Amino acid sequence: MARLPRKTFVRAALLAATTILIAAVLSTPSSATTQTIAVTMRHSRFAPSHFIVRRGATVRFLITNADPIDHELILGDETVQRRHETGTEPAHGTVPGEVSVPPGTTAETSYTFSRAGIVLIGCHARGHYDYGMRGAVLVVY
Amino acid sequence: MLRILRPAGLAVVFVAAIASPALACAGLIGPNGTVNLVRTTTLAAHHDGVEHYITAFSFQGGGGRFGSIVPLPGVPTKVERGGDWTLQRLIRETQRPLEEARALLLPAVAQDKARVILETRIDALDITILEGGGAAVGRWAREHGFVLPPDAPEILDYYASRSPIFMAARFDADAARKRGQQVGDGTPIHLTIPTRHPWVPLRILALGKKSSDVVRADVYLLTDARPALFPRLRPGLSLRHSAPASSELMRDLRADKGMAWMPVGKMWLTHLAINGPASDLSYDLAVDAGGQGRPSRDLAGLAGLPLLMLGVLLWGAGTVTLPRRRPE
Repeated sequence: MARLPRKTFVRAALLAATTILIAAVLSTPSSATTQTIAVTMRHSRFAPSHFIVRRGATVRFLITNADPIDHELILGDETVQRRHETGTEPAHGTVPGEVSVPPGTTAETSYTFSRAGIVLIGCHARGHYDYGMRGAVLVVY
Repeated sequence: MLRILRPAGLAVVFVAAIASPALACAGLIGPNGTVNLVRTTTLAAHHDGVEHYITAFSFQGGGGRFGSIVPLPGVPTKVERGGDWTLQRLIRETQRPLEEARALLLPAVAQDKARVILETRIDALDITILEGGGAAVGRWAREHGFVLPPDAPEILDYYASRSPIFMAARFDADAARKRGQQVGDGTPIHLTIPTRHPWVPLRILALGKKSSDVVRADVYLLTDARPALFPRLRPGLSLRHSAPASSELMRDLRADKGMAWMPVGKMWLTHLAINGPASDLSYDLAVDAGGQGRPSRDLAGLAGLPLLMLGVLLWGAGTVTLPRRRPE
């Protein structure tokens, strides 16, 4: 049987491995996917402010507030953001996807993106959301 | 009586969480989150390498404390109560009739760790001169009861990159009331700041305001010679007066408290008015008072502009020259 040239063999092997890897990732139950995303709050902005995650993924957000003022990170749809914009809760931390971050500190919160679509990110300290302290997570299949 | 002003850079500011209605200069955020859209007035006089910054904070009634933070071009050697009529006299000089001028005068509402350089009390105002980066000054302000609006971190960094000196002024409304101060009464503050490169903070006036909020302010300059300014013309910034100061004005100002530093000879009086949306106020005013005609872009907070302009010029040159190439 004719042998494949070494170069072609290596390429074919790499292609097969890549295909298997992609397939494995795509077929993995999304609930098993966990990742950590570092977010910095500076000048009353999130950096980065936009992310793409897979449906079912649980993301651990590690958030550092580099500003000298209080911030918070709230994940949720428009309804959630509106509720927090008019709400009076002084601090967050117990609900997944909602956390207060005092100046110069790092906090974390985890959130499971169970549905595909867009999940908004916002800070609802007075005036911050209107100022532009917001972002979004695109949840893909 | 008085109302108005603020200092060397015009002020900005925030407010003590505790309280209510006391106040400071324009551009501040009230304790209840409302923005006071007031017109402010400031004198930045420069003579013999020394800047004299005069502004006023006015009592707005209520109780508790209210404060402002003002970026300064250098470390003041003296902070004292300003004269009684300097600001009003300047307005009278450039805006006549007086009644009209009065109508324009709205109450002057008025890494690490910041280092306190100087603390003093003038009437019901607690003045603190701070040195530090934007974050450090912001932290100090927060720890001392100031409520910073969301744009404060960026604006404090903007100023700290050029001068790490700030003035925090807190109005003790309870003390003001005990002193018999009425709502609208102002406390003029005079800072003496040795500096060869004066600039007047303007961007700070937009602090805490929405993009569409209108900022109104009057800035007076008194200099030994006709000053070169940067920027010259911008949306919302207009030159209202530029002429040698009259001998009557010089005499009247020199007669005010703390104004003996004024030279006997002539000075040049410039009046700039700011009247435009907060979103336009992204710069400060650099002043070349030495007659060199070279105000600094850096001190106007527009250091990046030349590169941008160069890019636009190169791009423009390309589009202009290309059509001249004709196929043979």
